[in-house]
Amino acid sequence: MTTSQASIPNSGNIQRAELGNGVVVLVYENPAVQSVNVMGSLQAGSIYESPEKSGMASLAAGALMTGTTGRDFDAIHGALEDVGADLGFRGHVHKLGFSGKALAEDLSLLLDVAKDALCHPVFPAEHVDRLRGERLTWLQYSAFDTRYRAAKAMREALYPESHPYYYGTYGDADSVAAISAADLRRFHAAHVGPRGMILVIVGAVKASDALNLAAAAFGDWRREDQPATPQANVPAEEPTDLRPTVSLPGKTQSDICMGVIGPARAASDYLAAQLANSVLGVFGMMGRIGKSVREEKGLAYYAYSQLGGGHGPDPWTVSAGVNPDNVELAIASIMEEIERLTTETVKDEDLADNQSYFTGRMPLRLESNEGIASHIHSMESFALGLDYLAIYADMVYSLGKEDLLRAARRYLKPERMVVAVAGPEPDEA
Amino acid sequence: MPPLTHHTLPNGLTVLLREARSAPVISFWLAYRVGSRNEPTGLTGVSHWVEHMLFKGTERFPAGALDREIDRAGGQWNAFTSMDATKYFETLPADKIDIAMEAEADRMSNALFDAGETESERTVIISERQGAENQPTFWLSEALRGAAFRVHGYHHEIIGDETDLRSMTRDNLYAHYRRHYRPANAAAIAVGAFDSDEMLAKIERLYGGIEGGAAPALFSRPEPEAGGERRVTVERPGETAFYELCHHIPAATHDDWMKLQVLNAILNGTSGASDNKTSRLYQALVKTEIAAGVGAWLTPTVDPYLYSIIVTLREGRSPDEAEAALLEEIARLQADGISEAELNKARKQTRAAFAYSSESVTEQAYGLAQSFILGDVSWFDNYAERLMQVTADDVLAVANRYLVPRGRVVGILNPIEPEAEATDA
Repeated sequence: MTTSQASIPNSGNIQRAELGNGVVVLVYENPAVQSVNVMGSLQAGSIYESPEKSGMASLAAGALMTGTTGRDFDAIHGALEDVGADLGFRGHVHKLGFSGKALAEDLSLLLDVAKDALCHPVFPAEHVDRLRGERLTWLQYSAFDTRYRAAKAMREALYPESHPYYYGTYGDADSVAAISAADLRRFHAAHVGPRGMILVIVGAVKASDALNLAAAAFGDWRREDQPATPQANVPAEEPTDLRPTVSLPGKTQSDICMGVIGPARAASDYLAAQLANSVLGVFGMMGRIGKSVREEKGLAYYAYSQLGGGHGPDPWTVSAGVNPDNVELAIASIMEEIERLTTETVKDEDLADNQSYFTGRMPLRLESNEGIASHIHSMESFALGLDYLAIYADMVYSLGKEDLLRAARRYLKPERMVVAVAGPEPDEA
Repeated sequence: MPPLTHHTLPNGLTVLLREARSAPVISFWLAYRVGSRNEPTGLTGVSHWVEHMLFKGTERFPAGALDREIDRAGGQWNAFTSMDATKYFETLPADKIDIAMEAEADRMSNALFDAGETESERTVIISERQGAENQPTFWLSEALRGAAFRVHGYHHEIIGDETDLRSMTRDNLYAHYRRHYRPANAAAIAVGAFDSDEMLAKIERLYGGIEGGAAPALFSRPEPEAGGERRVTVERPGETAFYELCHHIPAATHDDWMKLQVLNAILNGTSGASDNKTSRLYQALVKTEIAAGVGAWLTPTVDPYLYSIIVTLREGRSPDEAEAALLEEIARLQADGISEAELNKARKQTRAAFAYSSESVTEQAYGLAQSFILGDVSWFDNYAERLMQVTADDVLAVANRYLVPRGRVVGILNPIEPEAEATDA
């Protein structure tokens, strides 16, 4: 048995409507379940922040659910929790994202709370103060986390301070401490609006009912002066510090985070880069890197690669957690695999394995409402077309070994790779 | 929920099957009744290490071969070692499930335990432990377990003590494998798009010929009465303090366990449903700005274990403040009980959480595997029904029976200044 074409979300079974204010609504009926999932995004990410107020978009996203003109904190959360529903907002670099779930009978409530939070938040000062304190505690804790610190050091070396990707979406302790409730109100008023909003609804609902509910919730939302979305370009400058290190006394393991600038999701060679990445550090037990670093040398519990692939020049990274004595050996082993991937075409069987993996995993990814909603959101957000999943297998199998080599060579340049390490002092190991 | 069919093969293997045709996938699990609770001193971590070794291949499926086969088929596979069990699973497109069933049958008795692979895996597992040690809360958890259980095997971390991970031999591992990996000590579970008769016939063909004798006697030592509250304090570099309050509670199959689950839903919320910002603990600790976060949970275990509440303290707030606020909430519950509205909320949240989890055949199969481990294959299926029968009086009774000082274990993680300031170079 395989997933039939009819059951794959496509332009024939996804209902898409664009409201008069620009909100795009997509609905997919999934009668096999009892629940419903909503997922979406708006153009209000951290790309609009100033460095001094880094963390603003994320804090604003988190504070949307702390009070509105019609519901206070307890009323918002009481409405959802009384029926076992959930809704959350999260700030990303380019987008303000949200996702929620409820029993199908409670979709109307879920959309009403989402509308309230997005269109009528008041950012009560006491709740903003509390949320800011929670963020500061998280940042404090993370400051002693080797994995977090290695990734942060890599990011700050790879992107210049003038680039939005230099900053973490949660900001840092100083910038978050400086953000006030009034700042959040201004940020919301300036950036959160219907144009560019995507709303996906998947679950045990009739598409026509869901579209009507979505139109009732968001159809009247108006914001005339919504700004255009800035672009995040590939930095003009090369990284200057290729080996940043972070000393965290008392730790027993070091984390390595290596990164170069990878392709955006819209890049023509994105899929080839994804396949190359899978060969490098995903397929099987974490790809070639896992085989070398974990299976053959026993250096690490985890060692894998990851391709960002969002709306801008996200990093292509390799991460590993190793004993401090083995840091250099692990880095050398990873660099060997990168060198191999960028100088030799992959074997026929590697290509065939990964093509089979990419196409074969689709039924599992489309098993749940959330998985389906995520794919539909990606198709809309990245303008892939609603038949993208239907043609996906053909696209994967159209790629050859040379395509993977070209993509790997284009991005995985060892001389530009930042290698960040966070761990104990060398003499502690 | 579609019906569950339950069989026992002549060699003792339990078989649990549930057809679920919401998606063209099948999740297949092998669950063994052995976990870290069954490990004596000197062999702590052996169950988890053996689990790793089963990914190192058999003659038929050499190391790496199955990774490749499963990934090529677009599947997921993994394994988990818990305090009570070792579980292996594969979730695959329905037409590809045979490879997983054949592989699990093969590695039930034919894993190689190559000496070189064993040594290579030793450093991987020590690395896994060291990665966990980088989180200060791991040290708190380890100290708390040690304080809560002096005799019972729940007293050590599943990963094991580093000294045992350094001294254990290949023969120790292989002996553990041969003793516990037998049909009579295991269950095969499948949930997904299949015909039950055909699936049973496949399982009989693949597993029916595996011999192994009777189920092994499991090493286990009951924990004696604690006889009073126990406290531990841990110091680690950092800036964030944690406070953890635990109470001894009965095993998951005890009548009181589900009542405690409702108690937890009211104190902290239902796992897998909502965000729980109206819960009593959130209101008492986070809203009052004592804590940046609070969480609480019961783990369904074979033997009596713990109900844990962990508090992440905000800067400048002390563990004493967290303790006072928590004990006040517990005292309020013990004095005033709960409302019908709270009870109804817990019920609806449970219904929702089951609806969400039933979208995934993997989660459904996990629930059945856990039921087998607990010794009651209907435990997961009857979960919601039993929870709906819990009354407000039941919750009041278990609050007064278990949330008491003599069953209490308290852990505090105090952050200390690193020997040298954390720096970027």
